[in-house]
Amino acid sequence: MSESFERYRSNFLREVEEKVEEGEWVKMCMQCGVCAGSCPFGPHWEHSPQKIFMMIRAGKREEVLSSDSMWMCTSCYNCIVRCPRKLPITHIMHGLANYSHRLGMAPKGQPTRQFAKLFWDNLVKKGRVNELKLTMKHYFRNGFSAGIREAMAMKEIGQGMMKAGRINPMEFFGGHAVKDLSGFHAMLAKAREIEDRKKGFSD
Amino acid sequence: MEKDIATNQTILVIGGGIAGISAALEAAECGRQVILAERNALLGGRTLQLYRYFPKMCHPTCGLEINLRRIKANRNLRVLTMTEVVGVSGRRGSYRVKMKIHPRHVNEKCTACGDCASAVSSEIPNRLDYGLGKTRAAYLPHAMAYPMRYVIDPSIVGTEEGKRARQACRVGAVDLEMKEETIEIEAGSVIWATGWKPYDASKIQPYGYGRFPNVITSVEFERLADPGGPSGGRLLRPSDGKEAKNVAFIQCAGSRDENHLRHCSRICCMASLKQTRYVSEASDAKSTVYYIDIRAIDRFEDFYRKVQEDPSVSFVKSKVASISLDEASGDLFLNGVDTEGYHRYANRHDLVVLAIGMEPESLGMALPEDVVTDSSGFIEGGFGAGAASSPLDVNRSVQSATSAALFAISDIHRISATEEAS
Ligand SMILES: Cc1cc2nc3c(=O)[nH]c(=O)nc-3n(C[C@H](O)[C@H](O)[C@H](O)COP(=O)(O)OP(=O)(O)OC[C@H]3O[C@@H](n4cnc5c(N)ncnc54)[C@H](O)[C@@H]3O)c2cc1C
Ligand code: SF4
Ligand code: SF4
Ligand code: SF4
Ligand code: SF4
Repeated sequence: MSESFERYRSNFLREVEEKVEEGEWVKMCMQCGVCAGSCPFGPHWEHSPQKIFMMIRAGKREEVLSSDSMWMCTSCYNCIVRCPRKLPITHIMHGLANYSHRLGMAPKGQPTRQFAKLFWDNLVKKGRVNELKLTMKHYFRNGFSAGIREAMAMKEIGQGMMKAGRINPMEFFGGHAVKDLSGFHAMLAKAREIEDRKKGFSD
Repeated sequence: MEKDIATNQTILVIGGGIAGISAALEAAECGRQVILAERNALLGGRTLQLYRYFPKMCHPTCGLEINLRRIKANRNLRVLTMTEVVGVSGRRGSYRVKMKIHPRHVNEKCTACGDCASAVSSEIPNRLDYGLGKTRAAYLPHAMAYPMRYVIDPSIVGTEEGKRARQACRVGAVDLEMKEETIEIEAGSVIWATGWKPYDASKIQPYGYGRFPNVITSVEFERLADPGGPSGGRLLRPSDGKEAKNVAFIQCAGSRDENHLRHCSRICCMASLKQTRYVSEASDAKSTVYYIDIRAIDRFEDFYRKVQEDPSVSFVKSKVASISLDEASGDLFLNGVDTEGYHRYANRHDLVVLAIGMEPESLGMALPEDVVTDSSGFIEGGFGAGAASSPLDVNRSVQSATSAALFAISDIHRISATEEAS
């Protein structure tokens, strides 16, 4: 671990401000509790945004970055519209999720994170989401028999979607790509390069 | 170099609340000619709508009484009531002021005998009570009103009721022919004592004001507590007239909020602390104050400490996220998370009082170019007096009024001295 990284470790708030999307807003939170009280998750998660922001300021790096709360946020925006300080709460939560993922500290086996990864990998391949493959991968994430069971349970919906043209069975054999696939990949590589520079990832 | 030339040495004070009265008296007692314009039928402003005021818990009329005596004793001061200032143009030294005089339909012969009120039966919402109660359409705006003169509401002019009121008056004071008039005057200096208004609570959607009858504002609560108010001083909740036993106060309702008012309204913490006293004095009821932080401005920290010692009052450090209604009982559930321990709550209360924010009454009024306002619309730069300049309590309103009077006096002196020199 580099020396500069160690320096930030002692000041987690500064690290968040510099490296997490919208992280510079965290210090503006006045701990009023409106976001926590407005979130549809209610008691069903460990760390509300209010708590996460206080933990960041208290330097609880490990607990924040390994929390699964950021992954549970559904982007309903209830907190954003009500926050009296207008913090972009949803975006900070996603920024934290992304940052902890890049650091390899995100909780393993967290279902939303797993699906997010599936979605991303699927999307990157052809520049389009291959709905059929995404669905299959998702169903079979816990092994073959669990996948069959889940697929059977969803059979009617799947058939309906095929009829309506929302899922094309031919997509199973590769699927179609965006027009300039190599251009698309170059674009993503560039974006990644910029992000790495900003967040201090050199690998 | 001073280019302004004062064409007029009259000082106009806009607004006859405690700040306007104070500023007008200070200037008039220094020998200047002063006009005090108040759009309501009486002087006193919003303090008259308070039951009692902190820190000494005295009745607003006692402070007013001394001032009214000073007004009567002063010949430099002209008081115009039912006179609304609708536009001010020009600049320091020579302003042109447009005023609308609303018809009172009662002239100066009125002896306040009350016969006209007894003669009519139609009722109108009582403005003094923020419309919570009703009053006859011929009425005295307040038991201590200055001027002590009745008002005939325009709604009965041209009706049989109006005629009955005129016939009842033995001194010929009822004048149903009065029309609204617009006049223009000149003034050398203008003091803005236009005061404040409560923020529109229905804009705070998650709190349900306007949808849930038992969610009321702090200004309405003052009226409930007042023996002269719509419920005779009993804390009866609007939905069913039952006595409130478990009252919640929600602080910063509309204030300190980028979605509503950006500023701290400064007096509402003290106002709620004061109002918990109304609750504990009235019955065995409980109060709970939900707050972000309690801002008991300067030496009022003592007041706060005393309230903290009261076993009937509890404090929850949390801005309430939302309110939901229990249809059957009319009770309300306050939902949120408290900051001391992050406990989630859904607390039941039978009456909720929103400590509503204060915004400047001058919002939306066309101000002359040399009047500067802050980001919330409060008037800066010395010519604002009282709550027109900042959310102030009565004490500080009076102080700022004295300062504004000094500004106005020195201003017309300075400018007219330049005039003589040129
Ligand atoms: C819930 C609550 C409780 C409070 N309790 C206390 C307390 O206990 N103690 C305390 O010290 N303070 C208290 N306050 C604060 C107190 O109300 C203010 O300090 C006080 O009203 C300020 O007086 P003012 O003269 O500046 O303004 P106002 O009282 O608002 O008077 C302004 C006057 O100007 C008139 N006016 C406005 N525009 C025009 C126009 N265009 N033309 C002509 N006239 C116009 C209005 O009709 C009004 O009469 C409380 C406030 C609230 C909200
Ligand atoms: S609503 Fe905004 S200010 Fe309040 S606790 Fe949440 S983030 Fe902080
Ligand atoms: S956007 Fe996320 S954090 Fe905010 S209220 Fe919705 S689920 Fe909760
Ligand atoms: S208007 Fe006439 S009747 Fe009415 S209170 Fe005045 S004097 Fe009496
Ligand atoms: S005085 Fe208290 S209730 Fe009023 S805005 Fe300020 S902190 Fe909030």
